[in-house]
Amino acid sequence: MKKFTLTSIFSQLLLLIFVIAWIAPTFGLFISSLRDKDVLAISGWWTSFTTTEVNEIYRTKGKDAQIKEGEYYYIKSNLFRENKGKEIFRFGVTSKNIDEYEVGETALFKDGTEITVSENGDYIWKSQNEFKKKKGKRVFVSAKSPPSFTLDNYKEVLFKEGLGQAFLNTFAVALPATLIPLIICSFFAYALTWMKFYGRDILLATIIASLVVPLQMSLIPILTIYNDFGALFGVAAKSFPGIWMAHTGFGLASTTFLLWNFLKSLPQEMMEAAKVDGATHYDTFIKIVVPLSVPAFASIFILQFLWVWNDLLVGLVFLDKHPSEIILTAKLKELLGSRGENWEILTTSAFVSMAVPLFIFFSLQRYFIRGLVAGSIKG
Amino acid sequence: MSIFSLAVTVLIGVLFFVAFFHFSNFLLDYFRIKSKKKFALENSLRVVIFIGPAFIVLFVFIIYPVFETIRLSFYDKLGENFVGLYNYAWAIKDPDFKRSIINNLGWLIVVPTLSTFFGLVIANLADRVWWGSIAKSIIFMPMAISFVGAGVIWKFMYDYRGPGDQQIGLLNAIAVALGFEPQAWLTIPIWNNFFLMAIMIWIQTGLALVIFSAALRTIPKETLDAARIDGASELKIFWKIIIPYLEQTILVIWTIITLLVLKVFDIIYAMTNGQWQTEVLANLMYDWMFRGGGDTGRGSVLAFCILIGVIPILAWNLYKHRQDQKV
Repeated sequence: MKKFTLTSIFSQLLLLIFVIAWIAPTFGLFISSLRDKDVLAISGWWTSFTTTEVNEIYRTKGKDAQIKEGEYYYIKSNLFRENKGKEIFRFGVTSKNIDEYEVGETALFKDGTEITVSENGDYIWKSQNEFKKKKGKRVFVSAKSPPSFTLDNYKEVLFKEGLGQAFLNTFAVALPATLIPLIICSFFAYALTWMKFYGRDILLATIIASLVVPLQMSLIPILTIYNDFGALFGVAAKSFPGIWMAHTGFGLASTTFLLWNFLKSLPQEMMEAAKVDGATHYDTFIKIVVPLSVPAFASIFILQFLWVWNDLLVGLVFLDKHPSEIILTAKLKELLGSRGENWEILTTSAFVSMAVPLFIFFSLQRYFIRGLVAGSIKG
Repeated sequence: MSIFSLAVTVLIGVLFFVAFFHFSNFLLDYFRIKSKKKFALENSLRVVIFIGPAFIVLFVFIIYPVFETIRLSFYDKLGENFVGLYNYAWAIKDPDFKRSIINNLGWLIVVPTLSTFFGLVIANLADRVWWGSIAKSIIFMPMAISFVGAGVIWKFMYDYRGPGDQQIGLLNAIAVALGFEPQAWLTIPIWNNFFLMAIMIWIQTGLALVIFSAALRTIPKETLDAARIDGASELKIFWKIIIPYLEQTILVIWTIITLLVLKVFDIIYAMTNGQWQTEVLANLMYDWMFRGGGDTGRGSVLAFCILIGVIPILAWNLYKHRQDQKV
């Protein structure tokens, strides 16, 4: 019995290590997307849950803020534009010695003026003569920063970086690129299962073969067709209908195969009964097959939708990089190139692009898994 | 485009296909009622309506391109003049191509092996503990994320700052905490390939896990209990009973991941774009599709190489399909 408990503890520990290793990357990204961009650039995301020490530079106000009290001129204000609960513990007035003074002490500038900084960032800058400069002086502070999170990054990427538009574009690509194959493949799969015609077996074998054909084989010829088509009719070679059909083509084999597998399992007697009753194939399809196939449709819908949503290659080849057409994954790749060091933009954008898949994952996990297990053979 | 015009475009696109099926079938029914003689013709027309659109798409987007790509691989840059085996000769001499083949082979060995192994181990562990389903959910989650999204996640993990600075990438922070120098992981040739593979393994382990979880439940409990009573250790049960029992499942998962790995593009394109000796076939192909205005000949040769990789799986699938049809 003792041995069993030992194994059990060992299993739990090992599994825990796996779970932590698997969740940490995504979790780090998520936390980072909620952090202030200045803090994000200088400290790891794991430090964001505890109070950390940061060194920062601020500038005092200039001559416009001065007041005269008695013989002296004063500038009284706060270093922080908005205080997020930071507590200053040391400060300095030269870059050589940034933590020369204890908070509350009075520091001397080179020009003879004096400044006192208190814990919450309030300062009093005192001078015998009138302040002449428009710009204030630099003050270096060492502060304790409590955990703080913000949604600013999300506002920034959605409205300023054009991710909002890319989000809509991705929907405009993914919805038809999922529904169109579902519609035409359900008729196709029905015909392959219940209709008798010459060449049916060869067609079925072609579908099986197409399942594994890499889509790279199709890129060049289809791009050529689209370019020729565009030139011939004077329309854009890269367009939404173009990419819908491309995705329909690449998803056709797997969608058909999955539906065919499902339809095969429906009882043959039912179809024959409908035929005897004088129903046409179309009636049978609409009134019997479609209602019965809803769970299969749901799984296939989710699978194809996520596939299209997450696709990069097809979007790159068949859509323009113009803001009105670019999809999320392509936009994200573009940002990786142009904003490679702006982690607040990258982490937030990545999370925006993952929001829909993650929502589907958590709400419809059952269908997702069912579809994935059945259909992971996509070419 | 605004939300409204996008929505209208989408609606028109989808309704077009619904309308096609509805009206063509409606017309057929209408004529059938009018003249009862053409019964045979009606059936074949119905077949045409049902398979027509899908067949056209299949032909235009899969069947024709496969032959066209093979044809283009014997033609020049613009696909105009026949050049025989010139493009193939170029590929054999090209250092990038050699690198890609080596890297692809590395991916083919490492990723399916480790994903399958981790999936199997985790599926076993998760079955024993009460929080197993939560653990499975977490490990499965990367399956839902795009490769580019995963690329950003891991680029952040691998982030590099100079030795004196605060590391914000987790991997370097750990390295520094353990007393090592921080590394720019993605730029160290040979090793960087493994850091890229780690991303794919991170994603695909979930797939293996789910399929194995389902398969594990089919192992008869009596067999396992009998082994335990006989005093077999858990490790021995794993190697001697569970693995042989799941042989078929392992093969299936292996095939699925192999297919994915052969076409791996997004991860490389987003993370290194083939620099620092991380080139793979799919990325090289994309590169040649557009480099210098595009070279359809070389691009086609590279696509064809990927196809050659899947042919054994294709043949096996067709063979199995024929076996199934006979029963």
